[in-house]
Amino acid sequence: MTCDDAEILIHALADGELDAGHAREVEAHIAACPRCAAELTAIRQMKQALAGADLITKAPAALRLRIEAALPAAAAASITPLAAVPSRRTLLKGFAMGSAVSALAATGLVAIVLRNDDQQRIEAEIVSAHLRSLQAGHLTDVISTDQHTVKPWFNGKLDVAPPVIDLTAQGFTLIGGRLDYVDARPIGAVVYRRRQHVINLFVAQTSSTARRASRLETIQGFNIRSWRDRGLSYWAVSDINPDELNEFGERFERTMGGSG
Amino acid sequence: MTTPHDDPERARRFREAALPHLDDVYTLARYLLRHQADAEDAVQECYLRAYKHFDTYRGPAIKPWLFAILRNVCHAEFARRAGAPVKALDDAPETTEQAPLWQDSVETPEGAMLRQRDASSIQRLIDTLTEPFRETLVLREINNLSYREIAEAAGVPVGTVMSRLARARAMLRAAWLAQEEP
Ligand SMILES: [Zn+2]
Repeated sequence: MTCDDAEILIHALADGELDAGHAREVEAHIAACPRCAAELTAIRQMKQALAGADLITKAPAALRLRIEAALPAAAAASITPLAAVPSRRTLLKGFAMGSAVSALAATGLVAIVLRNDDQQRIEAEIVSAHLRSLQAGHLTDVISTDQHTVKPWFNGKLDVAPPVIDLTAQGFTLIGGRLDYVDARPIGAVVYRRRQHVINLFVAQTSSTARRASRLETIQGFNIRSWRDRGLSYWAVSDINPDELNEFGERFERTMGGSG
Repeated sequence: MTTPHDDPERARRFREAALPHLDDVYTLARYLLRHQADAEDAVQECYLRAYKHFDTYRGPAIKPWLFAILRNVCHAEFARRAGAPVKALDDAPETTEQAPLWQDSVETPEGAMLRQRDASSIQRLIDTLTEPFRETLVLREINNLSYREIAEAAGVPVGTVMSRLARARAMLRAAWLAQEEP
């Protein structure tokens, strides 16, 4: 590990955000690098100063009362809750009452709403599972480039074992499989590699047997290609570019189609 | 005529979930807006919007969700102050030279005099940071959000959170050192 590699990770180490494997790597670098060791000490001292200073500002009692009062009033009154209990100042009323700014601000809120719908929530969980898998030692439960080793490994662990296809000839190397959890249910993940990039292909059984064409989305900087075929839902997740992820999905679907 | 908002059970659930975080939300608003009265109004608006959209909250942690709403309210307030259309903080170039979106009325809170000197001087230092670095530092060190929760609240990838936090700490340290020089 170089100082450049360590620079951001030192912060994550100080913040307790690194998994054990990466923490060991960063600590090994720090043990041999006085500059980065000093950096970690400085970060820790700053964190201590901030934590010790009690920087949370208590909300004024009057504000708490205003909000308390506005809640039931909002329930009883109308669709414009602020009308019931006006702000101490009219400052924010402009957009609360539906000005042009309000319309724009509301689009931000729409994003929140969308992010919380079921499909989006599951895709967010898929991205989380992908991120978890990238931590040291979490990527594969079974390591093999042989589909005839990976596929049987899933048997008995899931209601339906995911199809495991060798796409090495097409530039996507099979590297193994993993049992993961998404939406509080076990789910199969087949792991591929494209150059240095990991592609997780999550496969779950679905009640619908109708085929659904693929969709490509970006969540938290990761691309997700999702599709549904023959009673299975697929999500391919990676940080490779959308074109390559599409290529992966198309080749997978074509090979599946070819296999009957 | 009843609406879903009339449901007293819904109001009770919202109180129990959201009101315990009032101090956290208010603290973030203070740092984002750097103005006590504006912060109070923004927090009130945030809670009313959150209540209205409570059905869209799906957990697990409510703090990032509340913070995301607060950010939207504050961005609208920035726009009002600037007399310009709403522009997300994230659209701003991430350079240290970048001017704060809004720089006047950096007020010292009345209560600050009563607080221990360390806290208020640290607050002033944090106030000198530009966005989005100030917000990232506050979410991490004062509101105690995880990287993933900050990413959710700010609507950016975790990698962006990490680089912003590193920059924020470098900026804070520079301000700190500059202040300690005789
Ligand atoms: Zn180093």
